[in-house]
Amino acid sequence: MTINMGPQHPATHGVLRLVLELDGEVIVKVVPHIGHLHRGVEKLAESKTYHQVIPLTDRLDYTNAMGNNLGYVLAVEKLLGIDVPKRAQYLRVMMTELQRIAAHLIWLGTHALDIGAMTLLFYNFREREDILRIFEEVSGGRLTPTYMRIGGVSKDLPDGVEEEIKAFVEAFPGHMKEYETLLTKNVIWLKRTKGVGIISKEDAINWGMTGPSLRGSGVKYDVRKAFPYSGYEEFDFDIPIGSVGDVYDRYIVRLREMEWSNAIVEQALEKLPKGPILSDNPWVALPPKDNVLTDIDALIRQFKIASEGFHPPKGEVYVGVEASKGELGYYLVSDGSNRPLRMRIRPPSFLNLSALPKMVEGSLIADVISAIGSIDIVLGEIDR
Amino acid sequence: MAEINLAVKKLQEKFPASVLEVKTFRDEVNVTVQKGDIFEICKFLYSDPDLQYQMLTDLCGVDYFPTQPRFEVVYLLYSMKNNERLRLKAKVGDGEAILSVESIWKAADWLEREVYDLFGIHFVNHPDLRRILLWDGYEGHPLRKDFPVEGPDFDKPFVPEV
Repeated sequence: MTINMGPQHPATHGVLRLVLELDGEVIVKVVPHIGHLHRGVEKLAESKTYHQVIPLTDRLDYTNAMGNNLGYVLAVEKLLGIDVPKRAQYLRVMMTELQRIAAHLIWLGTHALDIGAMTLLFYNFREREDILRIFEEVSGGRLTPTYMRIGGVSKDLPDGVEEEIKAFVEAFPGHMKEYETLLTKNVIWLKRTKGVGIISKEDAINWGMTGPSLRGSGVKYDVRKAFPYSGYEEFDFDIPIGSVGDVYDRYIVRLREMEWSNAIVEQALEKLPKGPILSDNPWVALPPKDNVLTDIDALIRQFKIASEGFHPPKGEVYVGVEASKGELGYYLVSDGSNRPLRMRIRPPSFLNLSALPKMVEGSLIADVISAIGSIDIVLGEIDR
Repeated sequence: MAEINLAVKKLQEKFPASVLEVKTFRDEVNVTVQKGDIFEICKFLYSDPDLQYQMLTDLCGVDYFPTQPRFEVVYLLYSMKNNERLRLKAKVGDGEAILSVESIWKAADWLEREVYDLFGIHFVNHPDLRRILLWDGYEGHPLRKDFPVEGPDFDKPFVPEV
C-alpha cells in the first residue's frame, strides 16, 4: 500500500511530503518530495548587494536566524579579508548560542509533541519567549533579527539586557531539569525512541549528515572545534556525542548541547570586552548614525555603501558554521563587482533529510514520526 | 604560495594530465581538474589511506556565462582524518554531462539532483536524476545566468493538471 504523508501534516515540520510504500505496517520505501517552500534565495542574492543579502539569510532556517546571519557575514568578511572587533565577535557568539538554545527548544517541544508528550511544548515556549524578548531588545526583531552586519553587529546591548541574559543563564539549568524529569527516563519516551531510526557512523558520514544528527551516531565533528570562527577557540566547551545513533541518542546530544550553549553564553558575558562593535573599515562598514546626521563625510559614506555597496576582490570562499541543525555553509563567488556572482548555501537539513530513507526503511510507520523529529529539519532551509 | 597541500601533491603525481590548475585564495585550496576524470579522482581522494576525504560537504554548480565552457561543478570535500577541506572544480559546457559521484558519497544523490534541477547539468550514472526543488514539467533552469529573475508570467499561479 502507498500512503501519502504531507505536505500538510503536523508531524512533518513544515511542508514536507513523504510517499511511503508499506507492507502491512512495515515501511518498504520512503520517497521524500521537497521544494514546496522554494523561494529562490540563491538566485535573488545574485541581484542584491552584499549588505542586502543579510535579511534573506534570516528566512532560511527561521528558527536559527542569528546563526544564518553569522555564517553569511563571516563568508563576506573572509572574502574581503577584514577583521572584526573583539566585542562584536563575543556578541555574535552570545547571540548565536542563545539562538541555538531557542532552536533546540522548538525542536524539543515539537518532537515531544509528535510522539505524544504535550506538556513539554508549553515549558519550552516559555523559555524560548525569554530569549526572543532579549533578541527584540537587542535588535528589534524576534524571529528575523537581521542583527549581524558585515564587519560587526548592528547595535550594542541596551541597558539592562546584560542582567536579563544573566538571569536567563542562571535559571536555565533548573528548566533543563524540568524537561529531563518529563522525558529522559519516561518509559513511553524510551520505547518510542530507543533503537529507532538507527544510522551508523559510516553511513552518517557518507550521507553528509552534520550537527547533532551526526554526533548522535558517535562522530565527534563540530565546526566550532574543527574550524573555529568568531573567537570560539577562546571558549571552554565540550562536544557531546552518542553511541548507537538512534533517536534517543540524538535527543540526549541536543540536551547536552543546550547546557553547553548556556555555559558559552555565561562565559561570553563574563569575558565580554569593551570596545567598538563594528569594524572601522570605511569601505565596508556603515558609519555610526549620529555621525551621519552631523558629518557630511559620514553621510556620503552611508549613501555610497547603502546604494552601491562595496567591491570585494575576485575569488571564492567557503565558510561553514555550526548552526543548530548542522554545518551551514556559504560559498561565495565574487567577480569583483558589488553583487555576488554566486551565493551557494549548504543547508544542513537538506543532507540530513536525504538520509531519512536509510534510517526508517524496514521499520514501522510510527517510527517515521520520531525519526523525522529527531533529525530536526526546517523546510525553509531545505527548499531555500 | 605556502606549503603545498598533501592532497594536491598526490593528485599531481597520480593524475599529472588531469590537474589543470591549482589556486589558493584566503587559505582555501582550489583544484581544477579534467571533467572526464572526476570520478576516478574522487574515488582516489576518498580511498587513499593518507587522505580519506570521506565526507562530501557540498556539491554545487556555478554559471560563468558568457565564458565558455560556461558551468563549473564544485565539489567541497572534507577529510576527518586530517581536518582539511579541498575544493575540486570541473568545467562543464552547455549541454554536456559529467560523471556522477553518487556511488562514492551518498550525499551526492540529492546534491546532484539539485544541480541538475537548477542548472540543467546531466550526471551520468546517477540512479534517480529528476528535479528536486521544482516540479516535474517545469521549463528552464533558474540558476542559469540567462534565466530572468522576473518574467512576464511571474505572478500567475501554477495550477497542475489533475
